[in-house]
Amino acid sequence: MANADVIVIQGSNMAEAHPVGFQWVMEAKRRGAKVFHIDPRFTRTSAVADAHLPIRAGTDIALLGAVVNYILTNELDFREYVLAYTNAATIISEDFVDAEESDGFFSGFDPATASYVQDSWQYAGHERDSGGGSTVEERDAAAGLRHESHGAPIDGHPLRDETLRHPRCVYQILKRHFARYTPEMVERVCGVPQEKFLELARAWTENSGRERTGCLIYSVGWTQHTVGVQYIRTGAIIQLLLGNMGRPGGGVMALRGHASIQGSTDIPTLFNLLPGYLPMPHHAKHPDFDAWVDRIRHPGQKGFWGDARAYAASLLKAYWGDAATEENDFCYGHLPRMTGDHGTYQQVLNMIDGKVKGYFLLGQNPAVGSAHGRAQRLGMANLDWLVVRDLFMIESATFWQRGPEVATGEILPQECATEVFFLPAASHVEKEGTFTQTQRLVQWREKAVEPPGDARSELWFFYHLGRRLREKLAGSTRPRDRALLDLTWDYPTHGRHAEPDAEAVLREINGFDTTSGAPLSTFTQARDDGTTAIGCWIYTGVYADGVNQAARRRPGHEQDWVAAEWGWAWPANRRMLYNRASADPQGRPWSERKRYVWWDAEAGRWTGHDVPDFEVTKPPSYRPPEGATGPAALAGDDPFIMQADGKGWLYAPSGVLDGPLPTHYEPAESPVRNPLYGQQANPTRKMYADPVNSTNPSPPQQHDQVFPYVFTVSRLTEHHTAGAMSRTVAPLAELQPEMFVEVSPDLAALAGLTHLGWAHLISARAAIEARVLVTDRLVPLTVDGRVIHQVWLPYHFGFEGLVTGDSANDLFGITLDPNVLIQESKVGTCDVRPGRRPTGAALRDLVQDYRTRAGIVPGVLPPAVTPGVPVESTGDAERNS
Amino acid sequence: MVDSRGRPAVPAPSTAGAADPATAAGWVDAPPRMGFFTDTSVCIGCKACEVACKEWNGVPTSGLDLLGMSYDNTGALTANSWRHVAFVEQHRPAGDGSSPVAEHPTGTSCAAGTTTATGTEPGLLPGRPDAARAPEFLGMPAAGPPGRTGSAEGRGDFRWLMMSDVCKHCTRAGCLDVCPTGALFRTEFGTVVVQEDICNGCGYCVSACPYGVIDRRVGDGRAWKCTLCYDRIGAGLTPACAQACPTESIQYGPLDELRERAAARVDTLRARGESQARLYGHDPNDGVGGDGAFFLLLDEPEVYGLPPDPQVTTTDLPAMWRRAGLAALAMTAAAVGAFLGGRR
Repeated sequence: MANADVIVIQGSNMAEAHPVGFQWVMEAKRRGAKVFHIDPRFTRTSAVADAHLPIRAGTDIALLGAVVNYILTNELDFREYVLAYTNAATIISEDFVDAEESDGFFSGFDPATASYVQDSWQYAGHERDSGGGSTVEERDAAAGLRHESHGAPIDGHPLRDETLRHPRCVYQILKRHFARYTPEMVERVCGVPQEKFLELARAWTENSGRERTGCLIYSVGWTQHTVGVQYIRTGAIIQLLLGNMGRPGGGVMALRGHASIQGSTDIPTLFNLLPGYLPMPHHAKHPDFDAWVDRIRHPGQKGFWGDARAYAASLLKAYWGDAATEENDFCYGHLPRMTGDHGTYQQVLNMIDGKVKGYFLLGQNPAVGSAHGRAQRLGMANLDWLVVRDLFMIESATFWQRGPEVATGEILPQECATEVFFLPAASHVEKEGTFTQTQRLVQWREKAVEPPGDARSELWFFYHLGRRLREKLAGSTRPRDRALLDLTWDYPTHGRHAEPDAEAVLREINGFDTTSGAPLSTFTQARDDGTTAIGCWIYTGVYADGVNQAARRRPGHEQDWVAAEWGWAWPANRRMLYNRASADPQGRPWSERKRYVWWDAEAGRWTGHDVPDFEVTKPPSYRPPEGATGPAALAGDDPFIMQADGKGWLYAPSGVLDGPLPTHYEPAESPVRNPLYGQQANPTRKMYADPVNSTNPSPPQQHDQVFPYVFTVSRLTEHHTAGAMSRTVAPLAELQPEMFVEVSPDLAALAGLTHLGWAHLISARAAIEARVLVTDRLVPLTVDGRVIHQVWLPYHFGFEGLVTGDSANDLFGITLDPNVLIQESKVGTCDVRPGRRPTGAALRDLVQDYRTRAGIVPGVLPPAVTPGVPVESTGDAERNS
Repeated sequence: MVDSRGRPAVPAPSTAGAADPATAAGWVDAPPRMGFFTDTSVCIGCKACEVACKEWNGVPTSGLDLLGMSYDNTGALTANSWRHVAFVEQHRPAGDGSSPVAEHPTGTSCAAGTTTATGTEPGLLPGRPDAARAPEFLGMPAAGPPGRTGSAEGRGDFRWLMMSDVCKHCTRAGCLDVCPTGALFRTEFGTVVVQEDICNGCGYCVSACPYGVIDRRVGDGRAWKCTLCYDRIGAGLTPACAQACPTESIQYGPLDELRERAAARVDTLRARGESQARLYGHDPNDGVGGDGAFFLLLDEPEVYGLPPDPQVTTTDLPAMWRRAGLAALAMTAAAVGAFLGGRR
């Protein structure tokens, strides 16, 4: 990042939410980089940026799409890079119909299931590669997540037109798709003045190419939308067109939500993934081990995912040790199976319906931190038992006693049957282990102090919970207990509390040879015959040579600028992915200034500042022989080695469920009619028609003016996520001591709000109150001739701690992105009124009054397809449904 | 010789030896003078300095009050806040501060207490949030200050200045001069430190500080302020605030080196068009003999709540004593003269 010549920060308040990482933005700025910040309000990030573009929340694709259009119209793409390294030249099926031609729908839409059949999106001649059929199951399984480490499959050789003139080549499709995304449209949709937009577009393109690179930074301001994955796709398209991927100072930097969230997707705490992005088996699709691994590796497939059988066998071997043999499919039968959507929001609705009996909460405070806080609390009040492990007594442990629903009479403490077990947890300085950060850097941390009292590490808790469960089940002959009894559960312990050895766990994650016990040093050593056990294949090497590589702390001034000996990055200690792209197709650096990894013809190998992300002796001139599969099928100038065709995908024929190209849809709740398409919101968004859930009306529905204002929520530097680690600590709590709402002077005048007075905000879910901060950091935006007012709230507050306040997340309903099932919690609509909210039963009356006026019927949500937009069911959908 | 403001270019020092205050204070073989250079141009207002200072020095809480002064809920440097990050929300006419209106040299400045309801009012007492409440917004858009035109387009240039303020560790320190107990002393690093076991809480130092930094703690009575982490720097460590600063806005080191670095930084910023960039407190010839903690500002000092021309409050003491002595002599002479005259 420090090497960037331009940095574009959008969907992130990096200075406030990632102040430590932000030092590299400041370093780039010191070296002369221009910094742009695009955000609904002027934040501490905007304060040190060169320019701030205030944008209407939820319209980022319109702005980014206009950057794509600006690049293509003015032919400012890095043509040599685009031609060689992206799928710009690839010809798409003649069955494909773009959303531009049918009012917001791509070909293959099935209105019955509100999902796409992707056959017509495929490369020409490969129409059956999509796997065929409905993508409803993929949506329920949040299948997009597994593409975090690799692309979707393609067979054979796609047709290409190197002149980029074929009407169905990706380049031309892209050009047509974004042709209406003009600076005028940006002004009309986003409220960003044309001149400001053009300033951004000029700076971005002028600072990209052979000699210069630009970096794009986003965070949960992009992901938490019903079109969040497509926001990021649009950013990736720009960075590919400008040749900014795999090069120093380039890239798309995804800032993770908090410490080691990257780690908890690599070794997941998610329902649909196993370690190393192996998918959780589905009960119907993956009846046995071979069916499961073949769905991952796609036999005959090009690229590095071809060895998936070895990664999968090694994982099961790590789980079940000696019990896992080739003969019994490595105990594949012991793995749990998915039967549908088991995401966190479905779980909460299941709790309300009485389908869930018990719940573990570890490092999570859904009563404050998750969308629709009332649904979260009502769900938790309907359990048999709830285990909360935290540093402090958080709202999710005391909701039954002190929560807002107790005040409104919806939860009666004396009748709430949920038995809550609060177990004090050790903090990060009170236990050893690793953090994996945004750049996949795994860093070991030592224990600084003993945890106080009964506080214990998570490792201690789960190890001993498992040990006790196994003791209780010892001698059981029931097949269902085998999964637990066959587990390898033999970590050495130490100390008077029998703390398991965290390094032993890291060693198992790294993997070892099951015959000699020797640690593996690279994942290419993984075998599918049971001779290797690997806890997470992408981490293999973190314990190479029996040394904890994540604990390396060689100071920066003792090594070069890539600092390969600080911690360890997956995969293979590679600091930048796809770095083959930092050299031209012949293997020479694009420029001296941006030199990173290159081909050394004399030595016959790739070399450079980083570990090359390429087969190290494969020359740039290599062309795969006919019929080659796996890595051997990728040419010497195919840098995107985890993609099936080795190319960066400007156009995604599969892998993204809501379209091969990003398209502007309005948020699920918006005061504005979609200016670009008849279809208002993402037609494939995941919705839950549960009586507790609701969506505020948006045009063209009636009553959309009941909730006339746009609200967005995010973080303050002074607080951490749901506040348990900051509202409880005096030196932090005093820095932002009260829940507040930021409003523009204009809205203050309009709504009768006064600085430091009270306001309350109402949605169809809740009414919350906050102190008012009137500030010019928020400005009303003129959108399509109308003035749109946006307000901002911090989401850190709850009813426990030294400083308390209503929770902003209570305002949100539950509507999710179809690819990864992330909730739209960065934009919603509300009303804002002066004064404090009512209390007790009157609070629900107020919300009910609004619901009645908005015409909200419990259990009925707005239709996925906007009424009046003609969509015809396709034959393919019928065939496969 | 006098400067443009009409005072001596090198005023008579209240404590001798402005160049090396530690040596002047009697230290033999003192180490280089250490200090802070706070570069506000890279401050991101994270307040890590405030938190690190409180954690390391065990400074008590300064109250859970929402002040409504932008994001500043600390209010001022006090006995319970030894670092204070000021936030200034500011409109500037397009084109970098050079106002088309001659009488408003810096555009509309919030912190100078001019117009807006949302800016920082420097020097507020803690625990008095009501004092922070600037004039009520009248509800009419036209009654708003310039720049509030109701759209992003018309907003023009908007700035949010942030600055981490701290004790200046003056070369000529008024607080030290007036301390009757010797609780305040000059360290070997040239910094000024209160010894809490000696301070008797007389409070003379409070009124002697030209910056309003040193303060007595309510319920304790003694005077407290930044020690420049005397315990840490004595052990070769960086002060807590500078250690915690993620963007190197707070830099710690030998004062001579910091001054060189700061001068180069101002040149860089000016070359990039930041014409208002200037140093504050770096000049050994100013009214306090230069600060051990100096700043790079992006606007007039008043905007940040800093006095534009600080004077050590004891600067006139020698002259006053001289005049008092003369007056006493004159009166004695007059009295003697009266007696002598009476004999005639």
